Amino acid sequence: MEHVLEDEATPAECDAVDVVLGPSPSSWAGGLRNARDLRVSFAGDDRVAGRDLLLPALHALQSRIGWISRGGLGYVCRRLSIAPADAYGVASFYGLFALEARPPRVVHVCTDLACKVNGADEVIERLRVSEPVDGARSMSTWHESPCLGLCDRAPAALVIHAGDPPYEAPLPFVDVDAIRVSMNGAIAPEWAHAATVSQRDTDRLVLLHRVGVVDPASIDDYRAHGGHRALQRAFALGPAGVVREVLESGLVGRGGAAFPTGRKWQAVGEQAQQPHMLVCNADESEPGTFKDRVVMEGDPFAVVEALTIAGYATGCERGFIYLRGEYPIAFARLDHAIATARSAGWLGDDIAGSGFSFDIEIRRGAGAYICGEETAIFNSIEGRRGEPRNKPPYPTDSGLFGFPTLVNNVETLVNVLPILVGGARAYAATGTDGSNGTKLFCISGCVVQPGVYEVEFGVSLRELLAMAGGVRGGRALQGVLLGGAAGTFVRPDEIDLALTFEGTRAAAASLGSGVILVLDDTVDLVAFLRRIAEFFRDESCGQCVPCRIGAVRQDELLERLAEGRPRTSVDAELTLLSDIGRAMRDASICGLGQTASTAIESAMVKFQPFRRPR
Amino acid sequence: MFGVGGGTSSYKEIEETDVIVLWGSNAREAHPIFFHHVLAGMRRGARLFVIDPRRTATAQFADVWVGLDVGTDIALANTMAREIIHAGLANRTFIDRATLDYEAYAESVESWTLDRGEMETGVPAEVIREVALAYARADRAQLCWTLGITEHHNAVDNVLALINLALLCGHVGRYGSGLNPLRGQNNVQGGGDMGAIPPRLPGFQDLTDGDLRSKFERAWNCTVPPVPGWTLTQMFQAMERHDLTALYVIGENPAQSEADVTHARHLLEDLDTLVVQDIFLTKTAEMADVVLPAAAGWCESEGTVTNSERRVQRVRKALDPPGNARDDLDVLLLLASRLGHVWRYGGDTRERAEAIWDEVRSLSPMHAGMSYARLEALAGIQWPCPHDDALEPSFLHGRLWDDDPERRGRLAPFNVVVHELPVDEITEDFPLRLTTGRRLDSYNTGVQTGSYASPLRFGETLDLSPEDAARLAIVDGQSVRVVSRRGSLVAPARVDRALRPGLTFMTFHFSDEVDTNVLTIDAVCPRSGTAEFKATAVRVETV
Repeated sequence: MEHVLEDEATPAECDAVDVVLGPSPSSWAGGLRNARDLRVSFAGDDRVAGRDLLLPALHALQSRIGWISRGGLGYVCRRLSIAPADAYGVASFYGLFALEARPPRVVHVCTDLACKVNGADEVIERLRVSEPVDGARSMSTWHESPCLGLCDRAPAALVIHAGDPPYEAPLPFVDVDAIRVSMNGAIAPEWAHAATVSQRDTDRLVLLHRVGVVDPASIDDYRAHGGHRALQRAFALGPAGVVREVLESGLVGRGGAAFPTGRKWQAVGEQAQQPHMLVCNADESEPGTFKDRVVMEGDPFAVVEALTIAGYATGCERGFIYLRGEYPIAFARLDHAIATARSAGWLGDDIAGSGFSFDIEIRRGAGAYICGEETAIFNSIEGRRGEPRNKPPYPTDSGLFGFPTLVNNVETLVNVLPILVGGARAYAATGTDGSNGTKLFCISGCVVQPGVYEVEFGVSLRELLAMAGGVRGGRALQGVLLGGAAGTFVRPDEIDLALTFEGTRAAAASLGSGVILVLDDTVDLVAFLRRIAEFFRDESCGQCVPCRIGAVRQDELLERLAEGRPRTSVDAELTLLSDIGRAMRDASICGLGQTASTAIESAMVKFQPFRRPR
Repeated sequence: MFGVGGGTSSYKEIEETDVIVLWGSNAREAHPIFFHHVLAGMRRGARLFVIDPRRTATAQFADVWVGLDVGTDIALANTMAREIIHAGLANRTFIDRATLDYEAYAESVESWTLDRGEMETGVPAEVIREVALAYARADRAQLCWTLGITEHHNAVDNVLALINLALLCGHVGRYGSGLNPLRGQNNVQGGGDMGAIPPRLPGFQDLTDGDLRSKFERAWNCTVPPVPGWTLTQMFQAMERHDLTALYVIGENPAQSEADVTHARHLLEDLDTLVVQDIFLTKTAEMADVVLPAAAGWCESEGTVTNSERRVQRVRKALDPPGNARDDLDVLLLLASRLGHVWRYGGDTRERAEAIWDEVRSLSPMHAGMSYARLEALAGIQWPCPHDDALEPSFLHGRLWDDDPERRGRLAPFNVVVHELPVDEITEDFPLRLTTGRRLDSYNTGVQTGSYASPLRFGETLDLSPEDAARLAIVDGQSVRVVSRRGSLVAPARVDRALRPGLTFMTFHFSDEVDTNVLTIDAVCPRSGTAEFKATAVRVETV
């Protein structure tokens, strides 16, 4: 492979990679040659670590150097024994990796749904005038970004300054001046903008009750507020007892598919093949979703505890948190929580004298929506392009590294804590008959008080909007996007909809990831829909034809309609739109393609934007 | 050594062995099909040891790569032998039963301590030890070699050194254990088997044996000269003495493949008559007085080929040869008839080929059981196959393990071999060792591969280590002059981490553009007739 990438890595690039992979054991894996290397090499000299360290190694280059050079990529390839073309295919898959030289400081300005309805377009337009991008010479640059998960502080941006150490910070409520300052000024090494709870009646909070209350860096504070009680109860119940509790609680997955969590746990726990793997899906990339970020930033020890319980119940010794790359604060706090828990004996060998050993690694995503798909996440962790796998086999049979794997998202996992502390019966008694427990909703868009709201299942959309202070500035409600870019629209006359699994199902909608994106009557619905289409066009991984082609055709079609130049007639275009949607729904490998037309088709039914005068 | 010339094992046994040693072989590039069997073996758990001065593509697959100095194979083998003996791993049962002259051999390797071995070969002592013990301790082990062993002035000694190791450990004559020279062409084995080696008659039968000779004389109704003819190298020596003035070359390109090729070309030019029979108009053919265009053996004629695992396989005619090209057999029969010998083999092309094959079977016991019908039914048969109703084991020399001394037959002797450095000495004027070899995408002098494109092919280069390149201020792609005691050439430099300081590498695939063999030395092994292509002393100059 050295014939393909001749460029040498710089010492800084080697150093950055070595921090992740350890020092090179032999020059055959890169680095300086010694006399012995000229005479002998052993299998494994070329590959000291598994391929699953590819993504961390690429991250190391990106965050230290600011981009991934050919030399740097070549060094990683040699260290991991991966062909350069293969590694390039992985590196170029992710939006946060730059494969061309660019300034060390980059401001990622979100232009996605929630930011769009909060003035992001205007910010971008003014930036284009005042801060034209001339990448080569300056020390900083900016570019447009898909959703950063900062929808409660829209319009938002994320500044990343490569270096040792790198600096990464979210920028809430940005305007042109703020971005200009962040591009050119000194940056303070602090995060002033971590999560808080917007909700007023905090007494009834279950999942969020520690957020904003405890010091997220203190394990003692965590324990003083009820931490580790669930884990202690789990050890008392034994793995089978925990699975029984989760089954009886009626908990279903909060990622959107609403699969019974206990059944998943049972399936993994019963697998004879060893080892079992645990993956916490913390890649919440659905535009408008930020609830897991709030939990991870505000209560990181709860996430660690919940993973430990899941690992205990299903016989896993290794857990991975796959965290989206745009969450620097969540990363730092989880990383600290894991290290603290480990040194305090709550992770690692023989946890709290239980005989159970378990540890957690964080793997950071790098800007790819698709990696939130439960099998794409495996490929991403394994160091491959984050393309979804065909199912079956299901993750419980063959998941990460081919082993039986439990995948749950953050919100699902932290629900296990109240289940174990209060008992399955008490938990099952909350909510409605078909939806037990509480639910986190991400309210953003044109509301008075955006943020994460935790309510018991059964609350109606109208009540929830009222909790968030209603439509901002007393404007009229145009509609609500429920469930994210892959969700459905709700008209003002439908907002008495009960926010339960059964309630939304009956209304042919979905709770999805809990997105409540509020549009007032000033929002340009067509532009909003075009952003959804553009999002799917960009985020389709390109693996399967229906999605790769369909997402592009859908985007082009909306563009034609928006510009008032339908190919034949509006009717024909709308028929074609639903044909494209059906093809994607029926034939795509994964949920991205299957739902890429859902919101747009829903808007066509609910609002008929191209049938009324614009 | 064992009285036959061929690999002792089958491909299947490579896949079912425990240790594979590739010695002087870059099989991944030069024997890619064989290497698939190696990979299959590794997938089943075999450990691969690659012994090669360069860290080749093959070496990258190895469990252990051992980077010895060019031409120190005997030193390494003898050191390994001493280590095996001292570790008590010599297979006494086999040695006592099946071999001769062990004591002399053991005594001869006694001075090869690990320290001395390290000093001579450059390989760290503990690595020599590791390879030796792994080979000796393996239940089954395969020792395979190619031109890294045989393209030396002491080629036969090199081979004997490896055979000694196999005898020492009893790694021969058993399923999964064996000694295997890898053949570079689909029918090198067959050529030798058919008597294209001066001291041998068809069936690898000894020319000097009067009884065997009489058998052939009776069948052919002629007198077979009892003195072996010349090897290729001896022919060039005879040309030099003007003892040889007419040369008939079939399917060979000595004007580009000989060592010290400038000299070889002069000798070819001085011939009274040069006849070349080939499917291409090679450089040699361009020099010829008469060119006889031949049919392509693999698709335009009938017959058999024999591969490296001694498997005789049918070749069938699919096309008529183009233009005036003729089947080799046609040419030979017509030539014989013009010379006054009418060889009658009746029928069409296939029937004629079968008739000749049946003649082989009647004279060569090891082919006796291989009728065309049977070859076709079994998709090829390995020799020996003396009976038409039974098959022999897939490995050779099982007899050596037999309890009955009668059936055990001729015992296998150890041979004392002495380490000698390559003839072309490294000196201040010629401080670098040039070794030659092959790449995956080209074949020998390029006659058969040059006409199609390969994305891997980048032409001839002088490959050198990053350290030498830095020292000589040479950058990748820069033109350099390579000078040996015999000639010089200009080629682009290519920096290759597979090489260590002092070691350089070239192929001879592109002899039309870069004539590598103007550099090489025709120091020839007297017993094998092979020149020392693997060890030339050169210096590299910027131009």
